[in-house]
Order: sequence, then C-alpha cells, then structure tokens
Amino acid sequence: MNQLLSVGVDGIIYSAWLFTAALGLTLIYGVMKIVNVTHGSFYALGAYAGASLTGVWLARGYPPMLSYVVLLVAALAVTLVVAPLIERGILRFMYAKDEVVILLITYALFLVLEDVIKLVWGVNPYFIAEPYALLGSFSVGGLAYPTYNLILVALALVSGLGLAWLLHSTRVGKLLLAVIHDPEVSRAMGINVHRYYLTTFTFGSLLAALAGAFTAPTVSVVPGLGVEIIVLSFAVVVIGGLGSLPGAALGAVIVGLVRSASVHYLPQIELFVIYFVMAMVLAFRPRGLFSLAEPRKI
Amino acid sequence: MKKVVLTLAIAAIAPMAAAQNVKIGVVTFLSGPAAAPFGVPAKNAAEFVVEQLNAGTAPSPYGKKGFGGATIETVMLDEAGSTTTQVTEFRNLVQRQNVDLVIGYVSSGNCLAIAPVAEELKKLVNFFDCGTPRIFEDGKYTYVFRTSPTATMDSVGAALYVRDAKKGVKSIAGLNQNYAWGQDSWSDFEAAMKVLVPSIEVKTSQMPKLFAGQYNAEISALLSAKPDVIHSSFWDGDLEALILQGGPRGLMKQSLTILTTGETTMHKLAAQIPDGTVLGARGPFGPYAPNNAYNKWFLNGFVAKYKDQPNYASYQMAQAFLGVKAAWEKAQDANSGKRPSAEQVGAALKGLTFEGPGGTVRMAIGDGHQAIMETAYGQTKMQGGKISIVNVKRYPAEQVNPPEGAKSADWIKSGFKASAK
Repeated sequence: MNQLLSVGVDGIIYSAWLFTAALGLTLIYGVMKIVNVTHGSFYALGAYAGASLTGVWLARGYPPMLSYVVLLVAALAVTLVVAPLIERGILRFMYAKDEVVILLITYALFLVLEDVIKLVWGVNPYFIAEPYALLGSFSVGGLAYPTYNLILVALALVSGLGLAWLLHSTRVGKLLLAVIHDPEVSRAMGINVHRYYLTTFTFGSLLAALAGAFTAPTVSVVPGLGVEIIVLSFAVVVIGGLGSLPGAALGAVIVGLVRSASVHYLPQIELFVIYFVMAMVLAFRPRGLFSLAEPRKI
Repeated sequence: MKKVVLTLAIAAIAPMAAAQNVKIGVVTFLSGPAAAPFGVPAKNAAEFVVEQLNAGTAPSPYGKKGFGGATIETVMLDEAGSTTTQVTEFRNLVQRQNVDLVIGYVSSGNCLAIAPVAEELKKLVNFFDCGTPRIFEDGKYTYVFRTSPTATMDSVGAALYVRDAKKGVKSIAGLNQNYAWGQDSWSDFEAAMKVLVPSIEVKTSQMPKLFAGQYNAEISALLSAKPDVIHSSFWDGDLEALILQGGPRGLMKQSLTILTTGETTMHKLAAQIPDGTVLGARGPFGPYAPNNAYNKWFLNGFVAKYKDQPNYASYQMAQAFLGVKAAWEKAQDANSGKRPSAEQVGAALKGLTFEGPGGTVRMAIGDGHQAIMETAYGQTKMQGGKISIVNVKRYPAEQVNPPEGAKSADWIKSGFKASAK
C-alpha cells in the first residue's frame, strides 16, 4: 500500500514538472504550427538565469524565502529579452515556409543558443540548493518528500488552469482561438495575427523558462540541460495530441505514473516504458489522444 | 657580410629548433556534460604540467626541460561528438597535424575505437582516464598505453570498503546510469559483493537514463527498499542531482552510500553532501593522494594557477604526461641521447614503474601497457565549515587489480585473490 502511495506521489511530482515544461511547446504548436525545438533552450536559459540570479540573491544575504520570487523574475527577465528577439528577428520571416523547414530552423537556433549559454555561463555547473530544502519535508507512506515539490505541482496547476481560463474566458483568449482555427480568416477579420504570434511565442517560452528556473534548485545546472527535456516534452505532447492543452496534461500524467510504476516495480524497463506508451498511443491514435478534428481545406 | 651570415645561421637553426619540439595531441571534453567534471580539469592539468615541464621546474626526475630537452607543444582537441568523429579527428591529428603522440580520451567507447587506429597508424597513444578494462583484455597493442587504472579497481575497492565500513552488511542496491559505464560498474560491484558476502541480498538495481536529471522515483524506491548499502557510479550533473535530491530526503543517512566518482563534486557541493557518504576518486587522487613531492608540486601549483582544486581527472592527466616523459627520456638515453622513435618510447613505457602526484604507477598488466595503482575510499565529514575525508582505507594495487593475463570479470567471480607483487 505504501509503495502504491509512493508510485502516486512520485508520478504526480514528475508529471507536474513535465507538464509545465511541455505546456508551452503544445501552445506554440497549437497557435503557430511550429514544432519548436528552441523550447529546450528556454528551459535551459530559465535554469541558468534562475540559478545565477538566486545565487547572487542568497550570497548577498537577502531573505531566502524571497528566492522563489527571484526564480520567477529570472525566468521572466530572460524570456522577455530572448523570445521577442527570436520571434521578431528570425521566425517571423519564416512563417510562409514549410513546417519541416521551420522545425530545422528552430533546431539550428537550439544549437546556437546552447553555445550562447556556454559563452555566457561557461561549462562549470551552477547550484542553488537552498530553496529546495528551505520549506522542510512532508511524509507520505513513511517516505519524506521536500515540500518544494508542492511548488512544482502548484506551478503546473496554475500554468495549466491559468492558460485554460485565458483561452476560454477572456476576449484575448477567444481571439487567439480564432487565430488557432484559421489565421487567414482571422487576419481578414482584423485580428493582428503577427502580434498574437509574438505573444504566444513569448508566453510559451516563458512557461519553459519557468519550468527550468524552478527545476534549478533540484539539479546541477550544466550545459546540455535542455536536450533531455525537449525529448520528453515531445513524447508528452505527441501522446496527448500536438496543440492540445488537456492532451498535454493527460500525456504528462500518463508518462509520470507509468515511469514511476516501472521504477518501483520493474526498473529494468524504465528506459523503454515511456516510449513504448508513446508508440502504443500512436499505433491506435496516430494524432494523439486529444487530437481535434480538422476542417478540410480545399 | 656578418649580417648575411647571421641571417643564414638563424634560417638554418629555426627549422631545426622547430623539429626538436615534441608535438602532443591532447584530447578531452571541452564542451558537453563531461567538460565540467572531467574535461576542463584535465585540460587545465595538461596546460599546467606542460608549462612546468617546458620551464624545467617539475621535481626530480622530471626536472629536465620538456621531453628530454625538446619543448612540448600541444594541440588541444574537443572529445565531444560521436565516436566516428573522434576517429576522424584522431586521423587528422596524426596525418595532418603530424603530432608525435596523443594523450587523451575520457570515454571508454572512444578509447576502444581509437586503439586499433593508433596501431594502424603506428602512433603512440596514452589513454589518461577511460575506465573499461576491455582495451587490453580483448586486444594486444604495441602503440597503445593507459597510465591510469581501470574501472575494475574502483568496483573491487568499493566492495572491500563497504564490507569493512558496514560490518555485517546484508543487502545492497544500485543506482547507476544505463550505459556501459553504469552497467559495468554495477555488475563488477555486485559480483565482488557476492564473493565477499555470499548471502548478500540485492534489493534493487535502478538504471535510469543518462542525464535523466529527476530521481525522485528512484530515491523513493531506494528508501522503500532500505538496503544497507547503495552503490552509485553516477557522474556529472546526474551525481550532483542525486546528492541535491537524495540528501534532503535522508537517503545517505538511511543507507551507507558509496559514490565511486564522488570526489569530482566534493568541493563544489561540500555542504550538501551528508556526513558519512563514501567518496571514490578512481584511484589515490585528490584527497587520497600521497603526501609526496609530486603531489605538493602539482596540487599547490594547480591551485595557485586556477584558484581551484584539481580533481581525479586532473591527476590522471598529470600522471599521463609524467609517464610518457619518463619513458621518452629513458628511450632517449638508450638511444645515445638522440630523439627516440615511437617504438623506442613505447618499449620504454612498457612495464615501466614511475612516480606521480598519485603515488607509484606500475605498468604491470596488459602486457606492460596497463597501469595498476593502489586505491582508497573514505567518508565525508564537515569540519569547521570545510569538507574533509575520514575513515580512509587504502587497498594495495595487487588486491584491487587482476593479475597479468586475467580478465577482470573472471577474476572477480573467482574470488579476486590478490596477485603476487
């Protein structure tokens, strides 16, 4: 029973982390139809900015409790500088090109940003362990879990529910849904589609940077951090259906729980189980679990 | 007229001087995840040692400038990228850059691929860090050497240490990366523990993906299993993430945890490593290095130059240069003071015993091409805000390395009897 509880808690924590990281990827694809590989770079940028800014904050003796706010500010700052630069400076000239070409462009940008990160932060690791241990621990089934994990779960809930509310209950969201449905007609109706592209790319990248910044206290921030997350995020959004918000949530929960169960009960298959689930979903639902019906365009 | 003679003399001498240089290709990770823990500390060590050797300021018997008086010139190369890339780059080093020899390689995969190419090109190679014992167990080479011990020593030493430190150990568990290094380390450790404690129970063996980063589930599984001992050969960000995530959950308090490459992170994460964690340094390096003249020279010089502690990769690189220098000068002496050939240097390095910052290195196995050394493990303890290593136990080279001609896995399974000196 205790082990089942552990599987559940570990699965939820992992799912929360994965969902926050994958959410922006599915949003950007939903609106802009870009399979955005630079998403991994924003995750890494968020982690580096979070680790270095919080490191400075703590080194100067400022209140450690505010370090969580610093993580948030770091993610915001780095995204507001880099994301508009990429969208306005490069991507907007590429929208007319094929989806595969844009994917390759974002992959090239990912490689460039990896080197930029090394130029700015070097190759030595960054650590900020304090925020992880600061809030103490809670116990489930006799096992201790740092309370910080609840921040990751809260971040996932706020990001997911906030985005759902934004899309379905605000004027901006409804206009964005129109852009998702048909950018050409939206443009004809007077919607500034390019502005929505800029906003979406920045907001989606912010979600990746937030995931990176809030992961920083739990890991060593090193070059290559963005590689692993982009692979896992793709698995999540492919399982859920590219561009689907509930799909990303379900995909993250499935991946989190399946991985956690395999670690506890059958560690030999841990490496393969996530991709096995993905393959099974694609075999029966090639466009993912929550793929939407698309209007046929002649 | 005098001017013309002088100019002609300089013109004649210049190419001669250039020809006297010893050009060494140095290959290690300068980018990617292995750069911070291994590549950059090793590159720094190479630069420091070359600078000292060229200035003739290394302790005796390494005091002669360069290699036998010839200035050392290095060509640094990044080891990041595929094995195929490394083989191509190695060929470039030899055939285009015309290096005299190559010192390098962290990845065991790269070492296994480079060895036959070095043999084909008849170019001397000294592997400074890679751990797989398969190089000289599965192949026989003339031009390939390794002046650092193999990973077998790490696993056997780890098993001996936990047997000694945790009296009556009944169960073990593993957390290792799912690729050759992690799998081999765990299987050697498990086999050695089964020899030492035949009734040992393996509670769980976790093998997450390399660079997975998130280990909450694995840590929960280990906490639930409650093994007496946890073995991990994690390195780089994975090792640091394990300490950061496992420490606050009491993992290292519940089970005696042995981190076979833990030394690379002991200064970076000092405050986060719980007291009592067992750290390995893949040999008598770093905190386990002897208090000899070479270690004083290397440690003090490195710290003064880089304002940072050298780690085991730094020691291994320094040792690799000193071993080749010793062989080069021995071969040069035997060659009536003339520049030795690759074959002559190889013959001198074969079976050589030399001293370095990590102590005595004996090229005793692999037909004289593979080094053996003593090894040591100890436990962390924070004292006065500084991390220190206590309960250090040292194991002689013959106790933790297989004898000449034996395969590591067979030697462990047959009870790893100490070989004769």
